[in-house]
Amino acid sequence: MPNKENWEILSVEEKYQRRMESFINPDIEFVNKEAEEKYKKRAQRYRDAIELKKPDRVPISPNIGFYPAQYAGITAEEAMYDYDKMSKAWKKFNNDFDFDYLTPCTGVGSGPLLTKLDLQLYKWPRHGTKPDSPFQCIEKEYMKAHEYDELIEDPSGYFMRKYFPRIFGSLTSWTKLPVFPTFNELPFVCAGMIPIGMPDVQESFRKFMEAGMEAAKWIKVAGKTNRDNIATYGLPSISGGYTKAPFDILGDTLRGTMKIVLDMFRQPEKIFKAMDVLVPMAIKMGINACDGSDNPFVKIPLHKGEDSFMSREQFAKFYWPTLKKVILGLTEEGCVPCLFVEGSYNKRLDFLTDPDLPKGKIYWYFDKTDIIEVKKHLTGKSSFGGNIPASLMKTGKPDEVEEHVRTLIDKVAGDGGYILTTGASIDNAEPENITAMIAAAKRYGKY
Amino acid sequence: MADKLIDNIVNMKEKEALQEVQDMISNNVSVMEILKKCRTAMESVGERYEKGEYFLPELMMAAEIMNQVTEITKPLIQNEKKEEDNLGVILMGTVEGDVHNIGKRIVNFNLEANGFKVIDIGEDISPKEYIEAIKKYNPGLVGLSCLLTVAFDSMQNTISQIEEAGLRDRVKIMIGGAPIDDKVCEYTKADGWGEDAVKAVKVAKQLLGVD
Repeated sequence: MPNKENWEILSVEEKYQRRMESFINPDIEFVNKEAEEKYKKRAQRYRDAIELKKPDRVPISPNIGFYPAQYAGITAEEAMYDYDKMSKAWKKFNNDFDFDYLTPCTGVGSGPLLTKLDLQLYKWPRHGTKPDSPFQCIEKEYMKAHEYDELIEDPSGYFMRKYFPRIFGSLTSWTKLPVFPTFNELPFVCAGMIPIGMPDVQESFRKFMEAGMEAAKWIKVAGKTNRDNIATYGLPSISGGYTKAPFDILGDTLRGTMKIVLDMFRQPEKIFKAMDVLVPMAIKMGINACDGSDNPFVKIPLHKGEDSFMSREQFAKFYWPTLKKVILGLTEEGCVPCLFVEGSYNKRLDFLTDPDLPKGKIYWYFDKTDIIEVKKHLTGKSSFGGNIPASLMKTGKPDEVEEHVRTLIDKVAGDGGYILTTGASIDNAEPENITAMIAAAKRYGKY
Repeated sequence: MADKLIDNIVNMKEKEALQEVQDMISNNVSVMEILKKCRTAMESVGERYEKGEYFLPELMMAAEIMNQVTEITKPLIQNEKKEEDNLGVILMGTVEGDVHNIGKRIVNFNLEANGFKVIDIGEDISPKEYIEAIKKYNPGLVGLSCLLTVAFDSMQNTISQIEEAGLRDRVKIMIGGAPIDDKVCEYTKADGWGEDAVKAVKVAKQLLGVD
């Protein structure tokens, strides 16, 4: 937790400063002075870029998925099920590649935990994918077209009694759970507990508890691995939390792509209402995670507002208003939204310069958007980065990577506020290409 | 050309379009005539998509209308002369190691709506399964889909095994998926690639020589 003393009376800027203070001076015992100095220098470098200043050089930020497993010669399956192997692999990766920031191991998740819950929303090794394949989302219509009102009236209740039974095989009996807001007066409590005594509900809670115990086991190793890597190699963590745009919450995992696009024509008003209901939750999700990790950076991967997905008009109507509310909700609490634009935003970069968004408090990173245009739009407003194709890390040659990085820095890094990173997270790469990327950024990225 | 059915589909008027189809059936308009109009409408939607006037929601809504029309007309189609009038058979799958299917489903939806016969053999498809399916269905075109960067090797391997099996000359191969670009196309030795569902139709037409 950050120091939240007198939090209510702090200004937005003071909240931001306090969170940043925790980032620059974390509660970590470094293994030696050198690691601590490295940490501080790198953290300051990141902060400077976020605040639109020119750091000593361009910060080099990892955007890494399952690649550390492949690099260490273990399968995705081993990374998800064998915590010790996972820990060693991520330690090796953080040691061998000289990124400026931590590549956390928590993103791969725990196979045993997910197995206990029997998550249907994803496939992963031993649960639908091959041992060397990372987890993958399975889009379906988990929420039916006629269920918007239920979600709008009571989102938590809807998630618990309708949605969870569909996405967690072990929680199917949660359809029987009582409506909790009436679960208070003596006779209601007794009646309300009846379903909890049913064998299938009991079984679901047993599995829920076991998953919780597994979470404790997993985070003991994964959390320690991250802390050790920070303390040993002086790598600041830039992953404080995670949240999503309300349209994506609906479109990715509730209605699914195939159905949300039809809802846009058939029942747009329901989408708007549902998104409004999801806004405070999306904000809370980010803030709670930042509080828990004592780290200000909230990653927000952006999916369906992309250029080829919807028109500018649809973006303005369906996607941006509630995303903007989430961004502002986070910055008002002193957090730094780090928005990852998957695909491209060439036709809507002007939205990102919305005058209501605070300057120097947001980081945007891009996959395929024209980075020159990004610079034109965001200079003096928000920090930005990305645009190194993930495919280049796999199919390119080190000299091509070097040339790409050199040109990129040449074109867009000059005025500061720039962070170097790949445009998609890396599951598969040639190590010499990653090394070439880092080396080139060090060579050409000095201010 | 003012045509009620075409206009309704192109303008995303679902209910009106379906009503129009019912009316046409009542008035004994042939199913082939109805489907022909639908295809004209789909082409127009595709053109607007390419011009940047329409996007995925319109593409999908139009394909959804098209699907419903197909459902409505299916029972009637046996009454008419059955025509094999598809533009070609396309075998589609997501390559080994990848189980994503949304992009592929969108592409399939659009390929079908534009007159191709699509055989979707699923996700996480091994080279062997592709080879067996090519022998079984004899498609003119094979589509390999992926979302993960780890699937690049899988695509490359699939194509090289199709070649080793002596089937490479029999089929054209197109690849697609979010991380695909020219470099990946070259790396995997595919014949073509597309970044979206409309491009997929174009590439398919071009590779099958039916443009």
